[in-house]
Amino acid sequence: MVQWTDEERAIITDIFANLDYVEVGRKSLCRCLIVFPWTQRYFGAYGNLYNAETILCNPLIAAHGTKILHGLDRALKNMDNIKEVYTELSQLHSEKLHVDPDNFRLLVDCMTVVIAAQMGTAFTVETQVAWQKFVCVVVSALGRQYH
Amino acid sequence: MSLNTKQKVIVRDFFKVISSRSEDIGADSLSRLVAVYPQTKSYFAHWKTSEPGSAPVRKHGITIMGGVYDAVSKLDDLKGGLLSLSELHAFMLRVDPVNFKLLAHCMLVCMSIYFPDEFTPQVHVAVDKFLAQLALALVDKYR
Repeated sequence: MVQWTDEERAIITDIFANLDYVEVGRKSLCRCLIVFPWTQRYFGAYGNLYNAETILCNPLIAAHGTKILHGLDRALKNMDNIKEVYTELSQLHSEKLHVDPDNFRLLVDCMTVVIAAQMGTAFTVETQVAWQKFVCVVVSALGRQYH
Repeated sequence: MSLNTKQKVIVRDFFKVISSRSEDIGADSLSRLVAVYPQTKSYFAHWKTSEPGSAPVRKHGITIMGGVYDAVSKLDDLKGGLLSLSELHAFMLRVDPVNFKLLAHCMLVCMSIYFPDEFTPQVHVAVDKFLAQLALALVDKYR
């Protein structure tokens, strides 16, 4: 089981408390689709992804980005139990959505860049360490049910 | 995944824009690398300290950033232009290739912190590709 210090819990809680879910969700998913264009393979039904500009204006992508970020809420609210909390989501991504789990890493890397832009110098080294630990646990939990 | 002409312009322009903070970005990137990925400290065991924010880490981060800028000036032929650096990494430093990706990520985070408006997704993809090409050039002589 992952051990969290009080400081780490406070840092992660703080990040989410000040997060604009709509903006950060949208920006993170858009950035992922632009920076790692092969990830677009999972979004065939999401309308126009022709170039960066159309991706950034795509309302379906924006909505999905927000949905993903709200999905992270579950991990935030159950930090001692992330593996179990994501069992079904992991199965969904593996068996229904067929998403290569390496993509989770790509998306969270983009999310990190977006959050860094939002927080500026408040995204300190310590903050980044705690955040990276958190997203690593999430990514690992989402990949767990793949077989 | 080589850079197209437009992306080369983006890279050159962006590195000009961030040049006023390049030392901070270099120093901060290496500090974040050793903090977020502590296994990377293994390459700095010969220093007095390799703690994030410490003098040797900041100094070396600035040195690395200097190398990155040198690479920007040699964008059209990274493998040829970085030959001696490549040999240094292959025969002396022997940094495991996976670590270049980790450092690149920390650099991107710093660029995003210091230049949030300029570090658009389009700039991000161009710079990420450039750093990946730079890493490839550095490991070219590994085996």
